[in-house]
Amino acid sequence: MTTTHPSVAQKPRRRWGATVAGAVILCVMLFPLYWMINTALQPESGLLEVSPVPHSLDLSGFTSALSEQGGHLLTSLAVALGAVVICLAIAAPAAYGLAQFKLPGTKSIVFGTLITQMVPGIVIANALYSAYVDLGLVNSYFGLMLADASLGIPFAIVLMRSFMVAIPKEVIEAAEVDGASKLRTFVQVVLPMSRNSLITAGLFSFLYAWSDFMFALTLNTTDDVKPVTLGIYQYIGAHVGDWGSVMAAAVLSAIPAAVLLVLAQKYIAAGITGGSVK
Amino acid sequence: MSTTTVTAPAARRAVSGKKTDPLRARRRRRLSQWGFIAPAVVFMLLFFGYPLVRNVVMSFQHYSPSTFFDGKAPFNGTDNWSKVFKDDLFGKALWHTIVFTIGSLIGQFGVGLALAVFFTKRFPLNGFLRSLILLPWLVPMVVSGIVWRRILDQDTGVLNSFADTLGLGGHTPWLTSPGMALFSVILVNIWIGIPFNMVILYGGLQEIPKELYEAASLDGASAWRTFRSITLPLLKPVITVVLVLGFMSTIKILDLILALTDGGPADSTQTLGTLTYQNSFVQLDFGAGAVVGNVLILISAVFAVFYLRANRSEGK
Repeated sequence: MTTTHPSVAQKPRRRWGATVAGAVILCVMLFPLYWMINTALQPESGLLEVSPVPHSLDLSGFTSALSEQGGHLLTSLAVALGAVVICLAIAAPAAYGLAQFKLPGTKSIVFGTLITQMVPGIVIANALYSAYVDLGLVNSYFGLMLADASLGIPFAIVLMRSFMVAIPKEVIEAAEVDGASKLRTFVQVVLPMSRNSLITAGLFSFLYAWSDFMFALTLNTTDDVKPVTLGIYQYIGAHVGDWGSVMAAAVLSAIPAAVLLVLAQKYIAAGITGGSVK
Repeated sequence: MSTTTVTAPAARRAVSGKKTDPLRARRRRRLSQWGFIAPAVVFMLLFFGYPLVRNVVMSFQHYSPSTFFDGKAPFNGTDNWSKVFKDDLFGKALWHTIVFTIGSLIGQFGVGLALAVFFTKRFPLNGFLRSLILLPWLVPMVVSGIVWRRILDQDTGVLNSFADTLGLGGHTPWLTSPGMALFSVILVNIWIGIPFNMVILYGGLQEIPKELYEAASLDGASAWRTFRSITLPLLKPVITVVLVLGFMSTIKILDLILALTDGGPADSTQTLGTLTYQNSFVQLDFGAGAVVGNVLILISAVFAVFYLRANRSEGK
């Protein structure tokens, strides 16, 4: 990377200047996240100011957050994983069908899929609540999973479809000529070939479901099914003085996002650009 | 395409060795193909189509706190509509929604574009820094809201104590004065939206052929001129998509506002989204909530048209 060519000897220094500028920008952008961790590591401060760096590591915030929010973290995990399963089970076949079959009306279905991404969630919740009451789905894991899956399904269909369009017809025909059924072709040929887009779609539907607050807030009337987003929100109402624990809970709730970012960087960038622009 | 439809069923018939007449085989084939798509269609009809229709119906019904016990929600004509429109709060919420959406979009897009252009430079650790900037976007919005609520606290928040140290006066009531709260909420939403704008615009910038910039620099064009005459026009389709997507996600924001201000103080951060929530889930007047929700949908629908047109021109 560094070059010894005399005419560009000046360049590396200027490049590092941009790196410094980039680092400063990053610090400004990530400051709130730093502050979240910093506050979480300080002893219960009541309503006092928080010092810029934690002097001594105080994990009491985390222990109380874990004891009070640990269950809600598990709820979030269960609901988000369930939503991912529902989302992929519904979206993957649809994406394949919309990409590869010549059926009348598929164009308007794709159109409809795009439209659904624009319906405000609170409007859905408004109508869903009364339907959920009638169906007995209020305060149920399955009900929340279904609602959260709706956050990811249109996106997953659009994303996977744009990927599956590129699968050569010959590959699918070859499988069918060999006598494989439609379903077997899909499971044994199409799905393995679409692995990356499945991972991306799964990742995003997990993040959507994990971050969901609105359905958790509106479709639950008791504490039976309380994801961590709702838990933290109610926590600040009850523990205004105990910011250490609130921030510790916030840190814990942000961990999946951080882990995903590290593990799946390329998928995330691909998902943001692929799913929205194409 | 034509070979597909003719040879595949024929081949299958030969393999299975059964005699089926071609029309029935085709129908069966179609049916199995629909089997792949049908679950998604049913799901979307239930979770998007049904709520849209139901909201229109609900807006003409009288819901009260007892409705969900006795199941009675009688139709009441346009009572909900006139009640909502006569209320000052609706006008305020509409205005706040406009200010919040436009302010957020300008800020997110401006900073996002600046950062995207910045990261097109080649420098060490570029990719690393660029991917870390994504982090705020991946944190649940309600959590971001709560963290900012702590930072913006008038008496004990770090922003005011920082301003105090710099001698800028340290008692700005960021979230607690009606005059400031909406501005602060917009600021936080800009922070949330920057990564998304940056990533998509960065992607768009990568698509612009490098030769054009080389040609421009040979012609001696200034950086600003190059930006205006090459970058902006070629980035236009991506810009449209970013702005429309930004609009769609901003206009329906609920989590952030609830976490920061709960719509207060004195309703100064109440938007159409929070008003829908307040009406339906706090006051249990689902009819009024549906009215506000329908207005929200109407506004979204106008922009949906923009989005689809942008999408089409982007597609091919």
